[in-house]
Amino acid sequence: MALKKKTSWSNAVFKTLKENNVKQIAYVPDAGHTSLIEKAIDDNIVKPISLTSEQEGIAVLSGAWLGGDAGALLLQSSGVGNIINMLSMANECRFPLLMLVTMRGEWGEFNPWQVPMGQATQAVLEASGVIVHRAEEPQDIAETVEAAAKLAFEAGRMVAVLIGQRVVGVKDWAK
Amino acid sequence: MVGKTQNKRHWSVGVHQLFKKIGIKQIAYVPDGGLAQLIKRCQDDRSIRSVVLTTEEEGVAQMAGAWLGGERGVLLTQSGGVGNCINMLSMIQECRIPLLSLVSMRGEWGETFPWQVPMGQSTIPALEAANVIVHHVGEAEKVLETVNAAAKLAFDANRAVSVIISQRISDSEAKG
Amino acid sequence: MTQKLKFSLQRRQVVHQILENRGDAAVVTGIGNAVHDVASANDDPKNMYLAGVMGGACMVAFGIALAQPDRRIIVITGDGELLAGIGSLATIGVEQPENLFIIVIDNQAYGATGNQHTHTGRGVDLVGIAKASNFKNTALITNEKELQAQIPNIYQKPGPYFAVIKVVSKSSPRINAPKDGTYVSRRFRSAVAGEDA
Repeated sequence: MALKKKTSWSNAVFKTLKENNVKQIAYVPDAGHTSLIEKAIDDNIVKPISLTSEQEGIAVLSGAWLGGDAGALLLQSSGVGNIINMLSMANECRFPLLMLVTMRGEWGEFNPWQVPMGQATQAVLEASGVIVHRAEEPQDIAETVEAAAKLAFEAGRMVAVLIGQRVVGVKDWAK
Repeated sequence: MVGKTQNKRHWSVGVHQLFKKIGIKQIAYVPDGGLAQLIKRCQDDRSIRSVVLTTEEEGVAQMAGAWLGGERGVLLTQSGGVGNCINMLSMIQECRIPLLSLVSMRGEWGETFPWQVPMGQSTIPALEAANVIVHHVGEAEKVLETVNAAAKLAFDANRAVSVIISQRISDSEAKG
Repeated sequence: MTQKLKFSLQRRQVVHQILENRGDAAVVTGIGNAVHDVASANDDPKNMYLAGVMGGACMVAFGIALAQPDRRIIVITGDGELLAGIGSLATIGVEQPENLFIIVIDNQAYGATGNQHTHTGRGVDLVGIAKASNFKNTALITNEKELQAQIPNIYQKPGPYFAVIKVVSKSSPRINAPKDGTYVSRRFRSAVAGEDA
């Protein structure tokens, strides 16, 4: 049941990204984004980019925009802690940015190491000039991503959609 | 020239001596103008191992290792580098590892290079969100006492502490 | 293009073999599989399980190595975790710590998030990066014979040392390794640096 829930919001989100002309999807592998990553890889038009560390994603999407492509970064809340300095470039240059962040350390978390970054994510993003939207129910996610994409690509802002841990569910492959 | 600031000792002299007094054995840094004199004193001191990093989060990890191995270290970075450290700081938080860092500010006072401003403005909120206690110091005369206080909080009270050295200080040094 | 090479070594057995005669050596693990592989050999107080942050294992180990120059410090981590902190190899390559031994268990996948492919299965050569970062003692291990030949290099020769061990993709079973970072780090520090550190 949890898998079905996950897959259906990924379908709707991917559709939204395509409708907003997203051409590059950068990611560090994350369980919550597995389905979305697979769709990016299978899609003929979207270029999937596997990163060694999340700040590469901020850089590559800035480059994407400079080159005329819209892009999206898929990451986990812990990865947000790796992008703060690179965000200052996007901030300085007023690059549009769209990030989808799966949250850890906030709801039913079993790994204590995830809690610090989970609790800090929104505050550090906002301190870096990123507008934060939260989606806590599966049926809200696609609509929130749509709103975020508009804010990013048409209003020229940095936007992060935080997908609540409640949505992703409790992982059964423990870190 | 090291030590020559209006006939007063540069603050790095006292801070380096403090480091020795409290048993600092490792420093990790990415080269930075604001902390250059302190870095040079530590590099020239054979009792301190000075490690140059490719990126600042390596230094957070190294400081954790130093403490785990029973030694004291200090992380020296510029404000921009703080942005690279936020995820690694979650290890410091989770493990309650003492951490002392000195951060020289850009993008805060009289900054002329626009690219430094975003990170300059978000340095303190980002550190505080990562559960680091921040002591901000705006005058050269107060740097030593602030580092001393921060070191106590870090190593005796087991906390992560950053001494934020205002751009005002390096700015007035530059003016001579 | 993903290389479909077949490797025969099993990660858990490999790690247990490496640690069998560890003596006084301290071990730092990367996240995920590495934690469980090391803890299942023995939950030794001289194990530091970095159960939660990518990219820091080598530098944590380096800081310990500087503080404990008479003790062997072994890193056991995965390829994804190492890549997230790849600059560490350059930093360590400059410093040349003789008591640091880095072992990457490379299953060419991100085990903790669903086994997505990593860069090492797509043409990236970590041993090559280490060599180019000034590591003089390196090894690529793909079978049992090579593993047996390398173990003396971990325990009888000086470092810094860097080895990649290619293993099958399957994740090993999770065990109950301690995940409370405060407990694990204090336990480690007492064991390695003494009670009055």
